[in-house]
Amino acid sequence: MVHPPVADIPPGSLPSGSLPQVDVPSGVPNGLPGAAPPPPVAPHRGSVIGSAVTDAIVSGLLTGLLLLPLVGFRATESGSGPLGLTYRFGLVAVFAAIVAVLRLVLNLTVWRRGRKVKTGTEPSAFAALVQKAAPALRPAFFSFAIAYPFLAILLSGGLSPSRYWVDLGIYVLTYVMLGWGLNIVVGLAGLLDLGYVAFYAVGAYTFALLSTSVPLNEFFAGHLGEGFWTAWSFWLCLPVSGILAAFWGVILGFPVLRLRGDYLAIVTLAFGEIIRLVLINWVSLTNGGAGISSIPPISFFGVPFNSSDDGFAARYGLDFDSMHRIIFLYFVILGLAVLTALVTIRLRQMPVGRAWEALREDEIACRSLGINTTLTKLTAFATGAMFGGFAGAFFAVRVRFVSPESFTFMESAVILAIVVLGGMGSQMGVAGAAILLIGGMEMLRNLSFLKADFLFGPDFDPSLYRMLIFGFAMVAVMVWRPRGLVSSRLPTVFLKERKAVSASLVKEGHG
Amino acid sequence: MEVFLQQLINGLTLGSIYGLIAIGYTMVFGIIGMVNFAHGDVFMVSAFIGLICVLLLTTVLGMSSIFLILAITLLVAMVFTGLVSWTIERVAYRPLRGSFRLAPMISAIGMSILLSNFVQVAQGPRNKPLPPMVTDVIVVMERDGYEVTLAYKQIIIMVVTAALLAGFWWLVQKTPLGRAQRACEQDRKMAALLGVNVDRTISLTFVIGAALAAVAGVMYLMYYGVVNFADGFVPGVKAFTAAVLGGIGSLPGAVLGGLLIGLIETFWSAYFSIEYKDVAAFSILVVTLIFLPQGLLGRPEVEKV
Repeated sequence: MVHPPVADIPPGSLPSGSLPQVDVPSGVPNGLPGAAPPPPVAPHRGSVIGSAVTDAIVSGLLTGLLLLPLVGFRATESGSGPLGLTYRFGLVAVFAAIVAVLRLVLNLTVWRRGRKVKTGTEPSAFAALVQKAAPALRPAFFSFAIAYPFLAILLSGGLSPSRYWVDLGIYVLTYVMLGWGLNIVVGLAGLLDLGYVAFYAVGAYTFALLSTSVPLNEFFAGHLGEGFWTAWSFWLCLPVSGILAAFWGVILGFPVLRLRGDYLAIVTLAFGEIIRLVLINWVSLTNGGAGISSIPPISFFGVPFNSSDDGFAARYGLDFDSMHRIIFLYFVILGLAVLTALVTIRLRQMPVGRAWEALREDEIACRSLGINTTLTKLTAFATGAMFGGFAGAFFAVRVRFVSPESFTFMESAVILAIVVLGGMGSQMGVAGAAILLIGGMEMLRNLSFLKADFLFGPDFDPSLYRMLIFGFAMVAVMVWRPRGLVSSRLPTVFLKERKAVSASLVKEGHG
Repeated sequence: MEVFLQQLINGLTLGSIYGLIAIGYTMVFGIIGMVNFAHGDVFMVSAFIGLICVLLLTTVLGMSSIFLILAITLLVAMVFTGLVSWTIERVAYRPLRGSFRLAPMISAIGMSILLSNFVQVAQGPRNKPLPPMVTDVIVVMERDGYEVTLAYKQIIIMVVTAALLAGFWWLVQKTPLGRAQRACEQDRKMAALLGVNVDRTISLTFVIGAALAAVAGVMYLMYYGVVNFADGFVPGVKAFTAAVLGGIGSLPGAVLGGLLIGLIETFWSAYFSIEYKDVAAFSILVVTLIFLPQGLLGRPEVEKV
C-alpha cells in the first residue's frame, strides 16, 4: 500500500543516480509531467550507443509484438467456406527491423541528449521563409492556378489527353475550397467541426433535388421557355444551396455552440452522421442509397456545352470538344475558391472576424469584454457552412450524380486533416496542404514502379494506403508540429508594427 | 409482453457491450479530460485479435472446448489490446499533454483513421464471419407459439460483464492503483507532488480501458459472429453516447448509460423503425449534451479562468 516516494520524473530526464537536473524545453511549463520530447529511454553518460541499441531492440520487439496478431496472421476467406489462416511472420520481422534501425539512427543523431533545444519564441525557419515569400506567393499561386489548364493542354499535347490533369485540378481545387471553408470554423473561430461534410451534402442535395424537380421544370417551361431550367438551374441553385447550407448551419449550431470544444466536435460528428442516415433512409425524397442521377450538366451561363447549333462551340466558332465543359468547370471552382478566400480575408479585418480570432484565443476573455460569443460562433459556423454548400452544389454539377456514399465521416476527416496540416488559420497553408494531400494521394495511384517484383509484387495497390497515410499524417503533424506546416501567425490587427507570432506563444482552444 | 421481454434480454446484452466500451471513454476523460476518439477502433482491433485467436485455436490447434477457447481468447485479446492502447497513448497522446486543447482530439481522430485502415489493409475489407460458437438457448416462456429465449451467449456476456465490473470496481476503490487514478482525476499536479507516478497511472488507465474494450470486442464477435474493419466507428460513438448519458467521468454512470443505450436501441428497432436506430442513438447524444451535459450521474462542470 506504499507508493514509491519518487516524484514524477518526465520521460527523457536523467535516471536516478545522476544529477537531478531536468531540462524541459522552454515554452513547456516546468513540472508539468509528461511534456518532454520523445526519447523514452534516457542514456547513461558515456554509454550513448549502448542505450540507443537497447532502445532500438526494445522498440523493435514491441513493434513485432504489436504487429504479430493482425499482420502476422491473416484470416482469409476461401470461397464460401470457413475462414482460414495465412501466416506472414516475415513481414512482421521486416517491420520490426525497420523500426529498430530507424530508432537507432534517430537516437544517435536527432534525438541525442544535449542537442540544442529550440527556444520556441522565434518562428521556425520554414515559417520565416513562407513569411518572406508571402507577398509573392499569393499572386504566383493565383496565376499558376489560372494558367494550369492551358499548361496541362500544352504539356499533354491536345485537349483530350489533358483531361486527366484538368480533372485532377478540379478535384484538388474542390478540396482547397472546402479546406478554406472549414478553415473559417476551425482555423479562425477555433470550433472543431467534425460534421462539415453535412453542409457539403446539404448543398449537393439541394442542387440535385431542385435541378431534377419536375414541377419546377414545368413551371419555368411555362413561363420562360422550354429548356430554361436545364440551362440555368446551376446558376440559380448555387446561391440557394449556399443559403440553405448556412441555414442548416444556424439550425444545427444554435443549440450546440455553447458546448465545450470537444463536446462540440462530437455533436457536429453526430449531426453529420444523422444527415447522412436520413439521406439513406428517406427514400421517397432522396432515392436512398441509389442516389440521384441525371442531374443537368453545367452551362456557360445558359449556353449548353453540346454539339448543337445553340451550343457553346457553335456559338463561339470553336470545334466541339467535350473538354470545353471540363475546363469551364475548372474555372468555376477556381472562382468559387477565390471567392471563399477573398471573403475570408475581408471578414478577418472586420469586427466579426476579429471577434472570431479573439474567441479562438480565449473564450472567457471574450465574454468578459462583452463579445456575444454565441452570435460570433454562429456567424462563423454559418459562413463556413455556406461555402460548404457552394462546394456541394459544384460537386453535384460536376459528377452529375449524388449519393450518401460521398458524404461519409471520412470526407469530413480528410477536410479536417487538410486544415490541421495547413496550420489552422493560414490560407496558403491550407491550400498547400490540400495540394499535398489530395494531389499526393492521387499520385499514389501512379507509383507503378512499386509493383516491381523485387519490391512489393504485382498485387500491391498503393492507393489502398491512402487513408492510412492520412491518419498517420494527422497524428504526426499533431505530435511534431501541432500548429501545422505554416505555424506562425500574422496578426490581423496590430499596434505600430506587424510581427509574426510564433506558434508556441499562441494559446488557444479554451472554447 | 413476450416481445417486450425478448427485447429486454437483447437490450441488456447489447447494453453490457456498450457499457464495457463506455468505461474506457469515461476513465480517460476523467483522468486527462480528453475524448479518446480512437477507443471505438481499439474495440474493433480487439475483435479482430479475438478472431485470429479463435481461428488459431480451432483450426490450427484443434481445440474443441468452447469455454477454454473463450477464456484463452479473452486473455489474449486483453493483453494485446492493452499493449496497442499503451503504445497509442505513448506515441500519440503523451507528447501532446500541455499542448492546446484540441490537439489530443485531432491526434485521436488521426489514430482512429489509422487503426481502421490498418486493419483494412492487413486483414482485407470484407466481413469476417465465424461459425457460431455457442448456439444453445433456454426457453424462458412460451405463449401462442412465440418463444422468449435466453441464449447461452447472452448469459455469458452478462455474467462476464458483471464479473468484470465487480473486479474493476474493486480495482478502482480498493487498490493503490485505483487510488492513484482517483487522485490524478482530481488534481494531476497535486497528485504528482504527493508521489503518484502520473504518467504510469495514465498509461495504466489506457491499458485497463482497452482491456475492457477487448472483452467487449470478443463478446461482440461471439454474439454477432462477424466483424469488419469499419465496425469500430458506430459502436464507438454509441458507447461515447452512453458515457455522456451516464455522466462522463462517472464509472457507474458509464455502465448505466450503456445499458440504457442498449435498451433504447433495441426497443426503438422493435417498436419504431430499424432503419433509424442509429439516428435515435445519435439524437440521444445531441439531446443529452444540450440539455443535460453533466449526464445522469455526473457532476456539473465548473469552468475556471
